Amino acid sequence: MSNQILQKKQLSDDVFQMRLSAPLIASERQPGQFIMLQVDALGERIPLTIADADEKQGTIDIIYQVVGKTTSLLSRLNVGDAILNLVGPLGKPTHIEQLGTVVCVGGGIGVAPMHPIAKAMKQKGNHVIIIVGARNEKLLILQDEMRAIADELIVCTDDGSAGRKGLVTQPLKEICERTPKPNLVLAIGPPIMMKFCAETTRPFQVPTVVSLNTIMVDGTGMCGGCRVSVGKEIKFVCVDGPEFDGHLVDFDNMMNRLKTYIPHERGAHDQCKLNAQIQKKI
Amino acid sequence: MQTQRANSKKDLNKILSMSEKTAQELMSEAKEIFAKILPRASSLTPKERIAIPAQEMPSQDPHERRKNMSEVAIGYSPEQVRLEAMRCLQCKNAPCIKGCPVAINIPGFIQAAAEGDFQKSINIIKQNNVLPAICGRVCPQEEQCQTNCTVGKALKNKNLSVSIGRIERFVADWERENGKSESPEVLPETGKKVAIIGGGPAGITVAADVRRQGHAVTMLEAFHKPGGVMVYGIPEFRLPKKIVEQEINTLKNMGVNVETNFVVGRTRTLNDLLGKDGFDAIFIGTGAGLPKFMNIEGENLVGVFSANEYLTRSNLMRAFDPQAHTPIYPSQKVAVLGGGNVAMDAARTAVRLGAKEVHLIYRRTEVEMPARIEEVAHAKEEGIIFHLLTNVKRVLGNNDGRVQAVECLKYELGEPDASGRRRPVEIKGSEFMMDLDTVIVAIGNECNPLIKQTTPELSVNKWGNIIADDNGLTSMKKVYAGGDIVLGAATVILAMGQGRKAAESINAELKRNSSNDSQKQAS
Ligand SMILES: Cc1cc2nc3c(=O)[nH]c(=O)nc-3n(C[C@H](O)[C@H](O)[C@H](O)COP(=O)(O)OP(=O)(O)OC[C@H]3O[C@@H](n4cnc5c(N)ncnc54)[C@H](O)[C@@H]3O)c2cc1C
Ligand code: SF4
Ligand code: FES
Repeated sequence: MSNQILQKKQLSDDVFQMRLSAPLIASERQPGQFIMLQVDALGERIPLTIADADEKQGTIDIIYQVVGKTTSLLSRLNVGDAILNLVGPLGKPTHIEQLGTVVCVGGGIGVAPMHPIAKAMKQKGNHVIIIVGARNEKLLILQDEMRAIADELIVCTDDGSAGRKGLVTQPLKEICERTPKPNLVLAIGPPIMMKFCAETTRPFQVPTVVSLNTIMVDGTGMCGGCRVSVGKEIKFVCVDGPEFDGHLVDFDNMMNRLKTYIPHERGAHDQCKLNAQIQKKI
Repeated sequence: MQTQRANSKKDLNKILSMSEKTAQELMSEAKEIFAKILPRASSLTPKERIAIPAQEMPSQDPHERRKNMSEVAIGYSPEQVRLEAMRCLQCKNAPCIKGCPVAINIPGFIQAAAEGDFQKSINIIKQNNVLPAICGRVCPQEEQCQTNCTVGKALKNKNLSVSIGRIERFVADWERENGKSESPEVLPETGKKVAIIGGGPAGITVAADVRRQGHAVTMLEAFHKPGGVMVYGIPEFRLPKKIVEQEINTLKNMGVNVETNFVVGRTRTLNDLLGKDGFDAIFIGTGAGLPKFMNIEGENLVGVFSANEYLTRSNLMRAFDPQAHTPIYPSQKVAVLGGGNVAMDAARTAVRLGAKEVHLIYRRTEVEMPARIEEVAHAKEEGIIFHLLTNVKRVLGNNDGRVQAVECLKYELGEPDASGRRRPVEIKGSEFMMDLDTVIVAIGNECNPLIKQTTPELSVNKWGNIIADDNGLTSMKKVYAGGDIVLGAATVILAMGQGRKAAESINAELKRNSSNDSQKQAS
């Protein structure tokens, strides 16, 4: 059955991985693309990156962190359940080419979408350096998978519970200082991390690509809700992106726009938690 | 601040020849007149016909409807529809038909309605129009059939023309509500496969017309529901969603395979549909869904939305329903930029979602507004404040990057431009500020580039519209297109009309192919 959940794994406290049956999407998707899903008829449509896919089995993997109402509802579905609506693959694929040295920076849940990109970059014959960051050891995901790909793997945690203590921008700066400089930096993670990665590489003039995850409604270019300022232009993340030149993105505006519905969303999430607690009691 | 308040209610009613009568009063008045006229119905002179009072559309009270999403226009009573139909003079030259993009036999269906034979009436309409309940509601009749009507001309007021659209709506509703709608007959399977991309009015029309000939039809729709702008754009209070749903159900009953969540250009490319999937013909009806912005300062602030986004959240995603999860911005003071149907729909939706003040800002005057005249009137009745000859220069935000105000500029009418309309020119130094929390941009749509990007051999013009000939054929063999993707943002009826043409060509091509096939087999 299409859209069925075939596997479910809890990767950390609030991070889940699901394998979904989606043959059409599995056969067309390329690294960097995403899907949109709606859990039930009253649900919101949200974008999630495709973390992996198996064309033969007709499956795709999604990895998400429970941050709002939809991800919370999704986390309560189980193997055998189906997701009402699933559409994709959306967005432009990552431009994969042989460049030399490519640095992949994945922060928090951003490690998930980074995985297929790093894999493809490696397959193209690049020297791939992977930097992963998380708040603490428990929140690190896909360590083994990344280690298998990386020519060099650098782990950073905010509290030093694993790898280096500190932010991903420190090792990134060190790598930019090497000669020769890396040929490309790819950064996926929280907006603030991507912003500072771009700031770090700017003085070195190392091309830096970021993958943006904005609010979306349709994912096909129809609403403009996903728009960001890139250079002087308005770009729609769902059709022009999700990847853009990190040195041109107006991150502050994007971060404000992500907060558009914050009071509403938080209310809905709390209400949801409340319902879950009530359900548990009953 | 120079604010042009809505015309007084009296002015407005004069323009539209509307009284302030309630639905109940209108209907019982009609009953009385009808009883008097009925005995002589067949022998009325033209003079007597013109003297029959034009029937007003009974509508929900403006104060009530500001608070609900239900349809504003209630629809004629049976007596009203027959009286209105009796106003028709059955002109030999039927100027009304010339104004109708799909050339419905207007005097024919009106005569049947006047006689009370509503089945015959709807049957006549359906020979040319597959979506009458929808067109009766959303067509700009005052610029099409009704603009030419002899009755309107005789009374020197085109708002007093025979209300062709309202009669059409009545008989279509009558058929649906009485369970008389039947799925059209489908000829035996031909073994040919046709893909329809997009489930808007253009796609729906082609799907029905091609399926009728016995070809297998698959409709591919990007959203989780087909219907196009009719489900995500036009609000419930103007076009109830159950009407569109019924049209989709009719398609399904005919055996059309409707696949939602399928984005052509992403889930599959056009060439793969032709090659891998082996479709014998394809129709592209993907609409003009790419919102334009104004490229002014502050346009990306929190609280600036395209009308497409605002309306999709409210309509398709049901954000007006407290049960639904999709959020919509909690606005108090809203500015809507634009003067078309989209702008009216956005403004009236904002009112219903609880905004205290809704301002409509338009660069030209009311005469140039592309919106249906009835929508403009309803918007004013609902308290929307019109600022004409005004434009927004920039949007200002607060520290959190949220909209706080807009700076506007006044215009005056100058020399006529290429389109013959007097061009608005800005008045230097006329800037003024309006405090607001929300800006909705409704200045038009361009064409979605997804299919073009992944199919370079498909020719488009400089605006991105797909180029199609009179038969709907594009630069690619077997590939047809119609509706907004060809015309630019247009109307439901034009999309439908183009769909009919394309379906005719597709059916003819498939017929040619199958006779070629059988000739080959024979030789
Ligand atoms: C708010 C609003 C109010 C309007 N009011 C009126 C009115 O009162 N009267 C009137 O006559 N007209 C009105 N219009 C215009 C009218 O709705 C359109 O002209 C008409 O719907 C065009 O029909 P269409 O079939 O060409 O495209 P659409 O109705 O736009 O349908 C296109 C469909 O294709 C789908 N699609 C797009 N890209 C893809 C893809 N790559 N793969 C698969 N599917 C895809 C879309 O999701 C959509 O469902 C209004 C428009 C809007 C936005
Ligand atoms: S022009 Fe008006 S009066 Fe004449 S046939 Fe048409 S609807 Fe009737
Ligand atoms: S999500 Fe609607 S345009 Fe990108």
